[in-house]
Amino acid sequence: MSNDSKPGLRESATFDRNIIHEIQRAAETGIYDIRGFGTKRRLPHFDDLVFLGASMSRYPLEGYREKCSTDVVLGTRFAKKPIHLKIPITIAGMSFGALSANAKEALGRGASEMGTSTTTGDGGMTPEERISSKTLVYQYLPSRYGMNPDDLRKADAIEIVLGQGAKPGGGGMLLGRKISDRVAAMRNLPKGIDQRSACRHPDWTGPDDLAIKIEELREITDWEKPIYIKVGASRTYYDTALAVKSGADVIVVDGMQGGTGATQDVFIEHVGIPTLPAVRQAVEALQELGMHRKVQLIVSGGIRSGADVAKALAMGADAVSIGTAALIALGDNSPKFEKEYAKLGSAAGFFDDYQDGLDPAGISTQDEKLAARLNPVEGGRRLANYLRVLTLETQTIARACGKSHVHNLEPEDLAALTIEAAAMAKVPLAGTNWIPGAGF
Amino acid sequence: MKNGTADLMEARGPKPRLKRVAKPKPSKPTEKARVVDLGKSTVRALNAALHEITVPEPALWKVKNPRGAHAIACGLQQPVMVEIEGPVGYYCAGMNQAATVIVKGNAGTGVAENMMSGFVHVQGNASQSAGATAHGGLLVIDGDASARCGISMKGVDIVVKGSVGHLSAFMAQSGNLVVCGDAGEALGDSIYEARIFVRGKVTDLGADCVEKPMRAEHRKLLAELLERAGVAAKPEEFRRYGSARKLYNFHIDHAGEY
Amino acid sequence: MCGIAGLFFKNKSLEPFLGKLFSEMLDCMSSRGADSAGFAVYGSTVSAGNLKVTLQHPGPEFPWRQLSAALQKQFKQKPKVETVSNHAIFTLRGEEAAVQRFIRAQFPAVNIMSVGRRIEIMKETGLPCTVLERFGVREMRGSHAIGHTRMATESAVTTAGSHPFSTGQDLCLVHNGSLSNHNTLRRNLRREGIEFQTENDSEVAAGYLTWRLREGDTLDQALEKALKDLDGFYTFTIGTRDGFAVLRDPIACKPAVMAETADYVAMASEYRSLAVLPGIEKARIWEPEPAKIYTWNAKN
Repeated sequence: MSNDSKPGLRESATFDRNIIHEIQRAAETGIYDIRGFGTKRRLPHFDDLVFLGASMSRYPLEGYREKCSTDVVLGTRFAKKPIHLKIPITIAGMSFGALSANAKEALGRGASEMGTSTTTGDGGMTPEERISSKTLVYQYLPSRYGMNPDDLRKADAIEIVLGQGAKPGGGGMLLGRKISDRVAAMRNLPKGIDQRSACRHPDWTGPDDLAIKIEELREITDWEKPIYIKVGASRTYYDTALAVKSGADVIVVDGMQGGTGATQDVFIEHVGIPTLPAVRQAVEALQELGMHRKVQLIVSGGIRSGADVAKALAMGADAVSIGTAALIALGDNSPKFEKEYAKLGSAAGFFDDYQDGLDPAGISTQDEKLAARLNPVEGGRRLANYLRVLTLETQTIARACGKSHVHNLEPEDLAALTIEAAAMAKVPLAGTNWIPGAGF
Repeated sequence: MKNGTADLMEARGPKPRLKRVAKPKPSKPTEKARVVDLGKSTVRALNAALHEITVPEPALWKVKNPRGAHAIACGLQQPVMVEIEGPVGYYCAGMNQAATVIVKGNAGTGVAENMMSGFVHVQGNASQSAGATAHGGLLVIDGDASARCGISMKGVDIVVKGSVGHLSAFMAQSGNLVVCGDAGEALGDSIYEARIFVRGKVTDLGADCVEKPMRAEHRKLLAELLERAGVAAKPEEFRRYGSARKLYNFHIDHAGEY
Repeated sequence: MCGIAGLFFKNKSLEPFLGKLFSEMLDCMSSRGADSAGFAVYGSTVSAGNLKVTLQHPGPEFPWRQLSAALQKQFKQKPKVETVSNHAIFTLRGEEAAVQRFIRAQFPAVNIMSVGRRIEIMKETGLPCTVLERFGVREMRGSHAIGHTRMATESAVTTAGSHPFSTGQDLCLVHNGSLSNHNTLRRNLRREGIEFQTENDSEVAAGYLTWRLREGDTLDQALEKALKDLDGFYTFTIGTRDGFAVLRDPIACKPAVMAETADYVAMASEYRSLAVLPGIEKARIWEPEPAKIYTWNAKN
């Protein structure tokens, strides 16, 4: 019940109810707040950009009859077997452990139906995911949980993780309740304890030594598989240049809106930069090195609709990746679990306690009863539907801009609605030629 | 009254378990060894040839003139023996499965990193992160290992005849690290269930790592490890270290350890 | 990030081969950094009261003779000049501060690479093998050299951003790693009168040492203080008039390997670089411990 209507009651913008609640929680427990999901506060984002569309000088393509292709090839730089995707939308890395096995299988099914890839997470590769996902990217993380050469050879690509948008520079965390027998066995940990992952890789630090590690991974897999490097958006311009110099095939940039299974709230909200400026920085670095489209760029962190996909591509990305949106498509935060969210002290549309493993939707849990609620076949269908909609929306926008391939979208197809977005994306403010910082 | 630690070990994790590893076979004079000279050939050619075989033939491979090259003999899957006649660079025998790799010299960063099974023997010193994140097999280092020996180990057995550098066995999850010499600072910081045995001095212990009593089962395990590594030391000369398990579930009183 | 290397001869009869061996060491480190390369060679010694000043100009045909004439007019004696690609080594009688002030004022487009009685620093953008070829490093002679191959991390690929950075007369530094508090240090050092040309963190480390030495610290004392004041990851190799020093930060994630025989002491980021040296099979090979200062000089 809101007190806003009572005259004379003024909430502080600095110490609002949420802040008051958090301070009191900290005073009671003595531990930082850990939660799932990405940055929740409002940030300059793709919403602040619009497409110019067709005009007297620029002609649209007819839907359906006049083709608008969406395929993308990843890993053309060095890999013997680059990855061919039908759509430029992939499923981001999320661990078995953070997610249930049914959820991982559902993601695999949905992605395979639409001709795209899924990615393992900080816990290793499960047989379900390898079987259900036609194209599987295998994450190589600081923890090296479950890492083994057999799975490396079974993978279609290898993603070396330096960080993710929610916590650039943070290690993984999985609280004891979610370390079930199976998770514990895969991660080689005692059951039921809090798992603390390292924040740095154990056997290399820095791009010069990363180059040698990439060489080793290529040697082990006989140079077949594309090697991705994933970074959380921070010094994205330099990170992209260094990823190229270290010898990566693909760079994955995850903005601060990128989700997580469990991280300190302060990390999620206050470390890293938004996806919008990160995309621009990454593309600039690639272009300066003459590597745009030669080292592919995948962008993630707050991709929600075909409009976001199209804007990311227009800014120069080769593909995007979805995490939070994929889980929502599966059923996360669905109103049908309203009563159960209420029992957990939350509500549909607000639920972010992935770390507790009590997810009523059966997605971010290891509890068998809860996990059983997510039918992998049904979940796969829902994800495929969502990916289909994203693709159709992207094509609709691209056709309106006269593009026969979504990769032909370019920054000049965009205008900005706010000064921040104009500055971050280096796109002129609508109706003007002005890009703050870059002149007129 | 039962020993509390023993209770916890029983409840928490696997008992000390012997991993039987086939003793490395000496090279048979009748079998022809494959010789690869890295002065004339490349690491790629060597690794490709080693990856191609689906049976362990030839059983013996000799690598000449390694001169510190990286990624030599990594990703092996067959139980062959690879003798490297000189010092190697980073990640020698990385992700080794079943093979025996002998380095007749020093090894760079990450020797036998993520090894799954097999035997790696460094006859010189090893640089940082030796045996990092390895799941199984046996790594023996005749000389010293520098920092982070056995970091994040997940089941491997490592025997160092010399000393190890700082942060060794950092976040070590399972397996055994045996150090006949001394151990540097922050030994076993944030250790999980791995066991550490040290004969010499320990500069200091890392967060949540404590000395633990040596019982009969530990002496037996250690004796077997020393025997497999060809070390003529007695288990009685060693002390055992492991996790105090205070960081397993967050408690406000231990917040300072994080 | 980078590859670094250093070579110091204990056996003087090897001095004619410094350039040959050192260029092979540095070439090996190209894989760690292909953006630019640089080195400091300690060769001939000029007599007391004289200075060797190594200058660089980005353009191909800088009129060094004009600069020489200007120096002659100002300091009343004709300097010796040797040009090496786009660098020039001036030998003249003078006091360092006055010479630097004059050159900066009159020829602001010229970069001062090094000043000292023995040191010559040369550095350029481009592949290390090209840089080594360009400056004829193979033919150089001297008692010791340190060098660097760069993979630029947070600052631009420029000549000025390349290592070694000169920290004072006959002193220089190369760095593998990444400092995390260099911006604050730079601000503080600027207040102390130290000047910087780049946004490079390594230049800050060099400036820090210059400051400490200026304040009267010995090199060892300066490096002890650096351990406390510099934050981040580093392997430093420092060149001095008579030798060199090596220091790793307390966490020691960045690599460093040393080799010593009766004839030489050498240091590199990877063993591969040392493998080119004669007698390396019998050399004592070890890794410097973290937070420990190692120094070698001709007097030892």
